[in-house]
Amino acid sequence: MYPREYRYTREHEWIKLEGERATIGITHYAQEQLGDIVFVELPKAGAEFAVLEAFGTVESVKAVSELYSPVSGRVEEVNTSLNENPALLNREPHGAAWLIKIRVKDPSELNSLLTAEQYEAFLESSA
Amino acid sequence: MTTEIQTTLRKTPLNATHRALGARMTSFGGFELPVEYTGILEEHMAVRTAAGLFDVSHMGQIEIRGREALALVQYVTCNDASRLAAGQAQYTALLYPQGTFVDDLVVHKITDAHYFLCVNASNGEKDYNWIRRQNRFDATVENTSDRYTQLALQGPRAAAILQPLTALELPALRTYRFSFGKVLGVECLVARTGYTGEDGFELYFDPAESEKLWNGLLKSGKSKGLLPVGLGARNTLRLEACYPLYGHELDDTTTIWEARLDWICKLEKGEFIGREALRAQKEKGLERILVGFEMRDRGIAREGYPVVIAGRACGRVTSGSLAPWLKKNLGLAYVPVAASAPGTRLAIRIRGSEVPAEIVPTPFYKRAK
Repeated sequence: MYPREYRYTREHEWIKLEGERATIGITHYAQEQLGDIVFVELPKAGAEFAVLEAFGTVESVKAVSELYSPVSGRVEEVNTSLNENPALLNREPHGAAWLIKIRVKDPSELNSLLTAEQYEAFLESSA
Repeated sequence: MTTEIQTTLRKTPLNATHRALGARMTSFGGFELPVEYTGILEEHMAVRTAAGLFDVSHMGQIEIRGREALALVQYVTCNDASRLAAGQAQYTALLYPQGTFVDDLVVHKITDAHYFLCVNASNGEKDYNWIRRQNRFDATVENTSDRYTQLALQGPRAAAILQPLTALELPALRTYRFSFGKVLGVECLVARTGYTGEDGFELYFDPAESEKLWNGLLKSGKSKGLLPVGLGARNTLRLEACYPLYGHELDDTTTIWEARLDWICKLEKGEFIGREALRAQKEKGLERILVGFEMRDRGIAREGYPVVIAGRACGRVTSGSLAPWLKKNLGLAYVPVAASAPGTRLAIRIRGSEVPAEIVPTPFYKRAK
Protein backbone atom coordinates (compact mmCIF):
# COMPACT_ATOMS: atom_id res chain seq x y z
CA MET A 1 0.00 0.00 0.00
CA TYR A 2 2.60 2.55 1.02
CA PRO A 3 5.54 2.82 -1.42
CA ARG A 4 8.76 1.84 0.27
CA GLU A 5 10.81 4.55 -1.45
CA TYR A 6 8.65 7.38 -0.03
CA ARG A 7 8.94 8.98 3.38
CA TYR A 8 5.92 9.97 5.47
CA THR A 9 4.76 12.45 8.10
CA ARG A 10 2.31 12.12 10.97
CA GLU A 11 0.20 14.71 9.13
CA HIS A 12 -0.30 12.08 6.42
CA GLU A 13 1.82 13.53 3.65
CA TRP A 14 4.38 11.60 1.61
CA ILE A 15 7.60 12.83 0.00
CA LYS A 16 9.69 11.19 -2.70
CA LEU A 17 13.26 12.45 -2.96
CA GLU A 18 14.92 12.46 -6.38
CA GLY A 19 18.36 14.04 -6.09
CA GLU A 20 17.85 17.67 -5.05
CA ARG A 21 14.18 17.67 -5.97
CA ALA A 22 11.24 16.04 -4.24
CA THR A 23 7.59 15.30 -5.00
CA ILE A 24 5.02 15.76 -2.22
CA GLY A 25 1.50 14.40 -1.83
CA ILE A 26 -1.04 13.15 0.69
CA THR A 27 -1.41 9.53 1.68
CA HIS A 28 -4.13 7.04 0.91
CA TYR A 29 -5.16 7.23 4.57
CA ALA A 30 -5.56 11.01 4.31
CA GLN A 31 -7.84 10.89 1.25
CA GLU A 32 -9.89 8.12 2.82
CA GLN A 33 -10.41 10.18 5.98
CA LEU A 34 -11.36 13.26 3.99
CA GLY A 35 -13.98 11.58 1.84
CA ASP A 36 -14.84 13.08 -1.55
CA ILE A 37 -12.23 15.78 -2.25
CA VAL A 38 -13.79 18.75 -4.02
CA PHE A 39 -11.20 21.53 -3.87
CA VAL A 40 -7.43 21.84 -3.76
CA GLU A 41 -5.51 25.05 -3.12
CA LEU A 42 -1.81 24.92 -3.96
CA PRO A 43 0.96 27.54 -3.91
CA LYS A 44 2.53 29.09 -6.98
CA ALA A 45 5.90 28.09 -8.38
CA GLY A 46 8.60 30.10 -6.61
CA ALA A 47 6.95 30.03 -3.21
CA GLU A 48 9.21 28.93 -0.37
CA PHE A 49 8.24 26.99 2.73
CA ALA A 50 9.96 25.98 5.92
CA VAL A 51 9.49 22.50 7.35
CA LEU A 52 5.95 22.10 8.85
CA GLU A 53 4.78 25.37 7.31
CA ALA A 54 1.30 25.25 5.73
CA PHE A 55 1.56 25.35 1.96
CA GLY A 56 -2.03 24.81 0.88
CA THR A 57 -5.35 23.18 1.64
CA VAL A 58 -7.34 20.17 0.57
CA GLU A 59 -11.09 20.39 0.99
CA SER A 60 -13.72 17.69 1.16
CA VAL A 61 -17.42 18.52 1.15
CA LYS A 62 -17.44 18.89 4.91
CA ALA A 63 -13.91 19.78 5.92
CA VAL A 64 -10.87 21.94 5.18
CA SER A 65 -7.52 20.28 5.76
CA GLU A 66 -4.24 22.18 5.79
CA LEU A 67 -1.18 20.79 4.04
CA TYR A 68 2.14 21.01 5.88
CA SER A 69 5.50 20.92 4.16
CA PRO A 70 7.50 17.84 5.22
CA VAL A 71 10.77 19.64 4.44
CA SER A 72 12.04 23.14 3.65
CA GLY A 73 12.19 24.07 0.00
CA ARG A 74 11.05 26.09 -2.99
CA VAL A 75 8.09 25.10 -5.16
CA GLU A 76 9.12 24.39 -8.76
CA GLU A 77 6.06 22.63 -10.16
CA VAL A 78 2.37 22.50 -9.14
CA ASN A 79 -0.12 19.84 -10.19
CA THR A 80 -2.71 22.18 -11.70
CA SER A 81 -4.77 19.26 -13.05
CA LEU A 82 -6.18 19.02 -9.51
CA ASN A 83 -7.99 22.34 -10.00
CA GLU A 84 -10.35 20.80 -12.52
CA ASN A 85 -10.16 17.28 -11.20
CA PRO A 86 -9.87 17.25 -7.39
CA ALA A 87 -11.42 13.77 -7.29
CA LEU A 88 -8.14 12.42 -8.70
CA LEU A 89 -6.72 12.87 -5.20
CA ASN A 90 -9.09 10.21 -3.92
CA ARG A 91 -8.18 7.80 -6.73
CA GLU A 92 -4.41 8.29 -7.17
CA PRO A 93 -3.03 9.92 -4.00
CA HIS A 94 0.40 8.28 -4.31
CA GLY A 95 0.80 8.77 -8.04
CA ALA A 96 -0.95 10.98 -10.55
CA ALA A 97 -2.41 13.23 -7.84
CA TRP A 98 0.96 14.46 -6.50
CA LEU A 99 0.61 18.03 -5.22
CA ILE A 100 3.90 19.90 -5.68
CA LYS A 101 7.47 19.32 -6.76
CA ILE A 102 10.08 21.25 -4.82
CA ARG A 103 13.77 21.97 -4.72
CA VAL A 104 14.87 20.62 -1.35
CA LYS A 105 16.88 23.00 0.81
CA ASP A 106 18.33 20.45 3.24
CA PRO A 107 17.98 16.75 2.30
CA SER A 108 18.94 15.70 5.84
CA GLU A 109 15.50 16.88 6.97
CA LEU A 110 14.13 13.70 5.41
CA ASN A 111 15.96 11.61 8.00
CA SER A 112 13.48 12.56 10.70
CA LEU A 113 10.50 11.45 8.59
CA LEU A 114 8.85 8.05 8.85
CA THR A 115 9.63 5.12 6.62
CA ALA A 116 6.74 3.23 5.04
CA GLU A 117 6.92 0.59 7.78
CA GLN A 118 6.97 3.25 10.50
CA TYR A 119 4.02 5.07 8.90
CA GLU A 120 2.02 1.85 8.72
CA ALA A 121 2.80 1.17 12.38
CA PHE A 122 1.75 4.73 13.21
CA LEU A 123 -1.60 4.17 11.46
CA GLU A 124 -2.08 0.88 13.34
CA SER A 125 -1.39 2.50 16.70
CA SER A 126 -3.77 5.38 16.17
CA ALA A 127 -6.64 3.19 14.91
CA MET B 1 -9.89 14.36 10.67
CA THR B 2 -10.52 13.07 14.17
CA THR B 3 -13.42 10.77 14.99
CA GLU B 4 -13.97 11.26 18.71
CA ILE B 5 -17.38 10.00 19.68
CA GLN B 6 -18.25 10.78 23.27
CA THR B 7 -20.02 8.04 25.20
CA THR B 8 -22.82 10.44 26.14
CA LEU B 9 -24.12 10.54 22.56
CA ARG B 10 -27.50 8.96 21.99
CA LYS B 11 -27.93 6.28 19.35
CA THR B 12 -30.84 5.74 17.00
CA PRO B 13 -32.23 2.17 16.79
CA LEU B 14 -30.40 1.69 13.48
CA ASN B 15 -26.93 2.59 14.79
CA ALA B 16 -25.47 -0.90 14.34
CA THR B 17 -27.04 -1.18 10.89
CA HIS B 18 -25.33 2.00 9.73
CA ARG B 19 -21.98 0.82 11.04
CA ALA B 20 -22.45 -2.53 9.32
CA LEU B 21 -23.02 -0.63 6.06
CA GLY B 22 -19.64 1.03 6.57
CA ALA B 23 -21.02 4.46 7.44
CA ARG B 24 -18.67 7.13 8.75
CA MET B 25 -20.36 8.38 11.92
CA THR B 26 -20.52 11.84 13.45
CA SER B 27 -22.28 13.59 16.29
CA PHE B 28 -25.30 15.78 15.55
CA GLY B 29 -28.02 17.13 17.81
CA GLY B 30 -26.80 14.90 20.65
CA PHE B 31 -26.94 11.75 18.50
CA GLU B 32 -24.37 9.56 16.76
CA LEU B 33 -25.42 9.50 13.11
CA PRO B 34 -24.02 8.58 9.69
CA VAL B 35 -22.44 11.47 7.82
CA GLU B 36 -21.86 9.33 4.72
CA TYR B 37 -21.90 5.72 3.51
CA THR B 38 -20.49 5.52 -0.03
CA GLY B 39 -19.61 9.22 -0.27
CA ILE B 40 -21.46 12.53 -0.03
CA LEU B 41 -21.30 13.29 -3.76
CA GLU B 42 -22.65 9.90 -4.83
CA GLU B 43 -25.40 10.00 -2.20
CA HIS B 44 -26.44 13.52 -3.18
CA MET B 45 -26.67 12.57 -6.86
CA ALA B 46 -28.67 9.44 -6.01
CA VAL B 47 -31.36 11.55 -4.31
CA ARG B 48 -31.62 13.89 -7.31
CA THR B 49 -31.70 11.11 -9.92
CA ALA B 50 -33.11 8.03 -8.17
CA ALA B 51 -33.69 7.91 -4.41
CA GLY B 52 -32.03 8.03 -1.02
CA LEU B 53 -32.98 6.60 2.37
CA PHE B 54 -32.23 8.62 5.50
CA ASP B 55 -32.42 7.62 9.15
CA VAL B 56 -33.80 10.81 10.69
CA SER B 57 -34.82 9.25 14.00
CA HIS B 58 -32.85 11.90 15.84
CA MET B 59 -35.67 14.35 15.11
CA GLY B 60 -38.17 14.98 17.87
CA GLN B 61 -41.90 14.41 18.03
CA ILE B 62 -44.30 16.33 20.27
CA GLU B 63 -48.02 15.56 20.39
CA ILE B 64 -50.69 18.01 21.44
CA ARG B 65 -54.10 16.62 22.34
CA GLY B 66 -57.36 17.83 23.84
CA ARG B 67 -60.38 19.98 23.29
CA GLU B 68 -58.23 23.09 22.79
CA ALA B 69 -55.35 21.42 20.96
CA LEU B 70 -55.76 23.73 17.96
CA ALA B 71 -55.87 26.80 20.18
CA LEU B 72 -52.51 25.88 21.72
CA VAL B 73 -50.96 25.14 18.32
CA GLN B 74 -52.26 28.47 16.99
CA TYR B 75 -50.90 30.36 20.00
CA VAL B 76 -47.34 29.02 19.84
CA THR B 77 -46.84 28.86 16.05
CA CYS B 78 -46.96 31.54 13.35
CA ASN B 79 -48.61 29.68 10.46
CA ASP B 80 -52.38 29.19 10.38
CA ALA B 81 -53.10 25.64 11.57
CA SER B 82 -56.87 26.26 11.39
CA ARG B 83 -56.57 25.80 7.64
CA LEU B 84 -55.41 22.23 8.03
CA ALA B 85 -57.71 19.37 7.13
CA ALA B 86 -57.25 16.04 8.92
CA GLY B 87 -54.34 14.36 7.15
CA GLN B 88 -52.67 17.62 6.20
CA ALA B 89 -49.38 19.11 7.41
CA GLN B 90 -47.73 22.54 7.28
CA TYR B 91 -44.26 23.98 7.75
CA THR B 92 -44.26 26.55 10.55
CA ALA B 93 -42.23 28.00 13.42
CA LEU B 94 -42.34 28.38 17.18
CA LEU B 95 -41.47 32.00 17.99
CA TYR B 96 -40.31 33.99 20.97
CA PRO B 97 -42.13 37.23 21.83
CA GLN B 98 -39.46 39.11 19.84
CA GLY B 99 -40.51 37.24 16.70
CA THR B 100 -37.29 35.19 16.71
CA PHE B 101 -37.09 31.41 16.41
CA VAL B 102 -37.49 28.80 19.09
CA ASP B 103 -37.53 26.24 16.24
CA ASP B 104 -38.87 25.51 12.78
CA LEU B 105 -41.08 22.44 12.46
CA VAL B 106 -43.85 20.60 10.63
CA VAL B 107 -47.30 20.36 12.23
CA HIS B 108 -49.54 17.47 11.17
CA LYS B 109 -53.26 17.55 11.95
CA ILE B 110 -54.43 14.06 12.86
CA THR B 111 -57.81 15.14 14.27
CA ASP B 112 -59.31 18.32 15.73
CA ALA B 113 -58.04 17.08 19.10
CA HIS B 114 -54.66 15.65 18.06
CA TYR B 115 -51.70 17.44 16.45
CA PHE B 116 -48.36 15.74 15.69
CA LEU B 117 -45.29 17.99 15.59
CA CYS B 118 -41.94 17.03 14.08
CA VAL B 119 -39.14 19.20 15.49
CA ASN B 120 -35.37 19.50 15.25
CA ALA B 121 -33.32 17.01 17.24
CA SER B 122 -31.25 19.71 18.92
CA ASN B 123 -34.39 21.52 20.10
CA GLY B 124 -36.61 18.63 21.23
CA GLU B 125 -36.44 19.27 24.97
CA LYS B 126 -36.47 23.04 24.54
CA ASP B 127 -39.55 22.99 22.28
CA TYR B 128 -41.40 20.61 24.59
CA ASN B 129 -40.70 22.75 27.67
CA TRP B 130 -41.56 25.93 25.78
CA ILE B 131 -44.94 24.65 24.58
CA ARG B 132 -45.79 23.27 28.03
CA ARG B 133 -44.97 26.64 29.61
CA GLN B 134 -47.27 28.42 27.14
CA ASN B 135 -50.08 25.94 27.64
CA ARG B 136 -52.96 27.81 29.24
CA PHE B 137 -55.48 25.74 27.29
CA ASP B 138 -57.52 22.59 27.76
CA ALA B 139 -54.82 20.53 26.05
CA THR B 140 -52.00 18.14 26.91
CA VAL B 141 -48.45 18.23 25.56
CA GLU B 142 -46.38 15.06 25.30
CA ASN B 143 -42.79 14.48 24.15
CA THR B 144 -43.17 11.26 22.16
CA SER B 145 -39.78 11.25 20.41
CA ASP B 146 -38.82 7.86 21.85
CA ARG B 147 -41.93 6.24 20.37
CA TYR B 148 -40.95 6.67 16.74
CA THR B 149 -38.27 5.69 14.31
CA GLN B 150 -38.39 8.19 11.46
CA LEU B 151 -37.10 7.40 7.98
CA ALA B 152 -37.06 9.69 4.95
CA LEU B 153 -37.27 8.21 1.45
CA GLN B 154 -36.51 10.99 -1.03
CA GLY B 155 -36.05 11.24 -4.78
CA PRO B 156 -37.91 10.95 -8.11
CA ARG B 157 -38.18 7.16 -7.66
CA ALA B 158 -39.33 7.29 -4.03
CA ALA B 159 -42.99 6.57 -4.85
CA ALA B 160 -42.06 3.70 -7.18
CA ILE B 161 -39.94 2.20 -4.42
CA LEU B 162 -42.52 2.59 -1.66
CA GLN B 163 -45.69 1.58 -3.56
CA PRO B 164 -44.99 -2.18 -3.79
CA LEU B 165 -44.60 -2.24 0.00
CA THR B 166 -47.91 -0.62 0.96
CA ALA B 167 -51.64 -0.67 0.21
CA LEU B 168 -51.75 3.11 0.57
CA GLU B 169 -52.48 4.71 -2.79
CA LEU B 170 -49.49 6.98 -3.10
CA PRO B 171 -50.69 8.93 -6.18
CA ALA B 172 -53.58 10.18 -3.99
CA LEU B 173 -51.17 11.32 -1.25
CA ARG B 174 -50.23 14.84 -2.31
CA THR B 175 -47.42 17.04 -1.01
CA TYR B 176 -47.74 17.87 2.68
CA ARG B 177 -50.53 15.33 3.15
CA PHE B 178 -50.16 12.26 5.31
CA SER B 179 -51.95 9.00 5.95
CA PHE B 180 -51.85 6.05 8.31
CA GLY B 181 -51.25 2.68 6.71
CA LYS B 182 -49.08 -0.41 6.66
CA VAL B 183 -45.69 -0.53 5.03
CA LEU B 184 -44.25 -4.04 4.95
CA GLY B 185 -47.00 -4.93 7.41
CA VAL B 186 -45.90 -2.26 9.90
CA GLU B 187 -48.32 0.50 10.94
CA CYS B 188 -46.85 3.86 9.84
CA LEU B 189 -47.68 7.51 9.56
CA VAL B 190 -46.67 8.16 5.95
CA ALA B 191 -46.20 11.86 5.09
CA ARG B 192 -45.33 13.32 1.72
CA THR B 193 -42.80 15.68 3.23
CA GLY B 194 -39.04 16.07 3.14
CA TYR B 195 -35.99 18.28 3.33
CA THR B 196 -34.23 17.61 0.03
CA GLY B 197 -36.17 19.52 -2.62
CA GLU B 198 -37.30 16.22 -4.23
CA ASP B 199 -40.54 14.28 -4.04
CA GLY B 200 -40.50 11.87 -1.14
CA PHE B 201 -41.96 10.46 2.02
CA GLU B 202 -41.26 10.47 5.73
CA LEU B 203 -42.30 7.41 7.69
CA TYR B 204 -42.94 7.37 11.45
CA PHE B 205 -43.35 3.99 13.15
CA ASP B 206 -42.59 1.72 16.12
CA PRO B 207 -38.82 1.59 16.74
CA ALA B 208 -39.04 -2.21 17.23
CA GLU B 209 -39.59 -2.46 13.46
CA SER B 210 -36.64 -0.26 12.50
CA GLU B 211 -34.48 -2.89 10.84
CA LYS B 212 -37.42 -4.50 9.05
CA LEU B 213 -38.40 -1.25 7.34
CA TRP B 214 -34.86 0.03 6.71
CA ASN B 215 -33.72 -3.23 5.14
CA GLY B 216 -37.05 -3.76 3.35
CA LEU B 217 -36.91 -0.32 1.73
CA LEU B 218 -33.26 -0.73 0.70
CA LYS B 219 -34.07 -4.11 -0.82
CA SER B 220 -37.12 -2.82 -2.69
CA GLY B 221 -35.18 0.14 -4.01
CA LYS B 222 -31.91 -1.52 -4.87
CA SER B 223 -32.76 -2.15 -8.52
CA LYS B 224 -34.02 1.44 -8.79
CA GLY B 225 -30.74 2.94 -7.53
CA LEU B 226 -31.77 3.59 -3.91
CA LEU B 227 -28.81 4.35 -1.65
CA PRO B 228 -28.58 4.95 2.09
CA VAL B 229 -27.79 8.65 2.58
CA GLY B 230 -26.16 10.43 5.52
CA LEU B 231 -26.13 13.89 7.04
CA GLY B 232 -23.44 15.16 4.71
CA ALA B 233 -25.65 14.87 1.64
CA ARG B 234 -28.73 15.86 3.67
CA ASN B 235 -27.01 19.20 4.18
CA THR B 236 -25.90 19.72 0.57
CA LEU B 237 -29.38 18.76 -0.68
CA ARG B 238 -31.23 21.19 1.60
CA LEU B 239 -28.71 23.93 0.81
CA GLU B 240 -29.35 23.63 -2.93
CA ALA B 241 -33.10 23.83 -2.22
CA CYS B 242 -32.50 26.81 0.11
CA TYR B 243 -34.17 25.22 3.12
CA PRO B 244 -32.99 26.89 6.31
CA LEU B 245 -31.32 24.97 9.11
CA TYR B 246 -31.83 25.89 12.76
CA GLY B 247 -28.64 27.11 14.32
CA HIS B 248 -27.51 28.51 10.95
CA GLU B 249 -30.19 30.60 9.17
CA LEU B 250 -32.65 30.46 12.06
CA ASP B 251 -32.01 31.11 15.74
CA ASP B 252 -33.13 33.28 18.62
CA THR B 253 -31.64 36.41 17.02
CA THR B 254 -33.29 36.19 13.59
CA THR B 255 -36.92 37.00 12.76
CA ILE B 256 -39.39 35.50 10.29
CA TRP B 257 -39.08 38.45 7.87
CA GLU B 258 -35.26 38.47 8.01
CA ALA B 259 -35.21 34.75 7.21
CA ARG B 260 -37.57 35.35 4.27
CA LEU B 261 -40.17 32.97 5.71
CA ASP B 262 -43.02 35.46 5.22
CA TRP B 263 -45.05 32.73 3.58
CA ILE B 264 -45.43 30.75 6.83
CA CYS B 265 -46.37 33.79 8.94
CA LYS B 266 -50.08 34.61 9.05
CA LEU B 267 -50.40 37.80 11.07
CA GLU B 268 -54.15 37.92 10.47
CA LYS B 269 -54.90 34.46 11.91
CA GLY B 270 -55.24 35.77 15.45
CA GLU B 271 -53.03 36.18 18.51
CA PHE B 272 -49.76 34.24 18.61
CA ILE B 273 -46.45 34.66 20.41
CA GLY B 274 -44.26 37.03 18.43
CA ARG B 275 -47.11 38.61 16.45
CA GLU B 276 -46.76 42.12 17.88
CA ALA B 277 -43.00 42.23 17.45
CA LEU B 278 -43.30 41.02 13.86
CA ARG B 279 -45.99 43.57 13.08
CA ALA B 280 -43.76 46.32 14.46
CA GLN B 281 -40.73 45.15 12.52
CA LYS B 282 -42.77 44.98 9.31
CA GLU B 283 -43.83 48.59 9.79
CA LYS B 284 -40.38 49.81 10.73
CA GLY B 285 -38.63 47.92 7.95
CA LEU B 286 -35.80 45.42 8.05
CA GLU B 287 -32.14 46.14 8.51
CA ARG B 288 -30.84 42.81 7.27
CA ILE B 289 -32.14 39.93 5.22
CA LEU B 290 -31.14 36.41 4.18
CA VAL B 291 -29.69 36.05 0.68
CA GLY B 292 -28.20 33.32 -1.45
CA PHE B 293 -24.88 33.84 -3.22
CA GLU B 294 -22.67 32.11 -5.74
CA MET B 295 -18.87 32.20 -5.70
CA ARG B 296 -17.44 33.91 -8.76
CA ASP B 297 -13.84 32.79 -8.25
CA ARG B 298 -12.21 29.61 -6.97
CA GLY B 299 -13.04 28.96 -3.32
CA ILE B 300 -15.66 27.33 -1.11
CA ALA B 301 -17.56 29.58 1.30
CA ARG B 302 -18.28 27.90 4.61
CA GLU B 303 -20.26 28.65 7.72
CA GLY B 304 -18.72 31.46 9.75
CA TYR B 305 -16.60 33.00 6.98
CA PRO B 306 -16.85 36.83 6.92
CA VAL B 307 -18.95 38.51 4.24
CA VAL B 308 -17.52 41.75 2.83
CA ILE B 309 -19.58 44.26 0.83
CA ALA B 310 -18.09 47.51 -0.50
CA GLY B 311 -15.02 46.99 1.63
CA ARG B 312 -16.91 46.50 4.90
CA ALA B 313 -17.30 43.25 6.79
CA CYS B 314 -21.05 43.01 7.30
CA GLY B 315 -21.87 39.54 8.51
CA ARG B 316 -20.96 35.90 8.19
CA VAL B 317 -21.88 32.98 5.99
CA THR B 318 -24.63 30.95 7.72
CA SER B 319 -24.30 27.92 5.43
CA GLY B 320 -21.99 27.28 2.51
CA SER B 321 -20.66 24.40 0.47
CA LEU B 322 -19.95 22.92 -2.88
CA ALA B 323 -23.39 22.11 -4.37
CA PRO B 324 -22.91 18.69 -6.00
CA TRP B 325 -25.90 18.72 -8.37
CA LEU B 326 -25.51 22.32 -9.51
CA LYS B 327 -21.69 22.00 -9.53
CA LYS B 328 -21.23 25.42 -8.01
CA ASN B 329 -19.99 26.82 -4.70
CA LEU B 330 -23.00 28.38 -2.98
CA GLY B 331 -23.92 29.91 0.32
CA LEU B 332 -26.44 31.75 2.45
CA ALA B 333 -25.80 34.84 4.55
CA TYR B 334 -27.55 37.76 6.23
CA VAL B 335 -26.64 41.06 4.57
CA PRO B 336 -27.82 44.68 4.94
CA VAL B 337 -31.13 45.13 3.11
CA ALA B 338 -29.63 47.93 1.00
CA ALA B 339 -27.13 45.44 -0.43
CA SER B 340 -29.42 42.44 -0.86
CA ALA B 341 -30.56 42.60 -4.50
CA PRO B 342 -29.56 39.80 -6.87
CA GLY B 343 -26.53 40.95 -8.82
CA THR B 344 -24.91 42.64 -5.84
CA ARG B 345 -21.20 41.90 -5.71
CA LEU B 346 -19.70 40.75 -2.44
CA ALA B 347 -16.63 38.95 -1.22
CA ILE B 348 -16.16 36.06 1.15
CA ARG B 349 -13.03 36.10 3.28
CA ILE B 350 -11.48 32.64 2.93
CA ARG B 351 -8.35 32.16 5.03
CA GLY B 352 -7.32 35.80 4.65
CA SER B 353 -8.17 36.25 0.96
CA GLU B 354 -11.32 38.03 -0.23
CA VAL B 355 -12.87 35.86 -2.91
CA PRO B 356 -15.50 37.42 -5.19
CA ALA B 357 -19.12 36.27 -5.05
CA GLU B 358 -22.50 37.52 -6.24
CA ILE B 359 -26.01 37.50 -4.78
CA VAL B 360 -28.31 35.34 -6.89
CA PRO B 361 -32.06 34.65 -6.93
CA THR B 362 -33.20 31.76 -4.77
CA PRO B 363 -33.94 28.92 -4.51
CA PHE B 364 -30.73 27.75 -6.15
CA TYR B 365 -32.46 24.52 -7.13
CA LYS B 366 -36.10 23.78 -7.80
CA ARG B 367 -37.07 20.39 -9.11
CA ALA B 368 -38.78 20.26 -12.48
CA LYS B 369 -42.51 19.63 -12.17
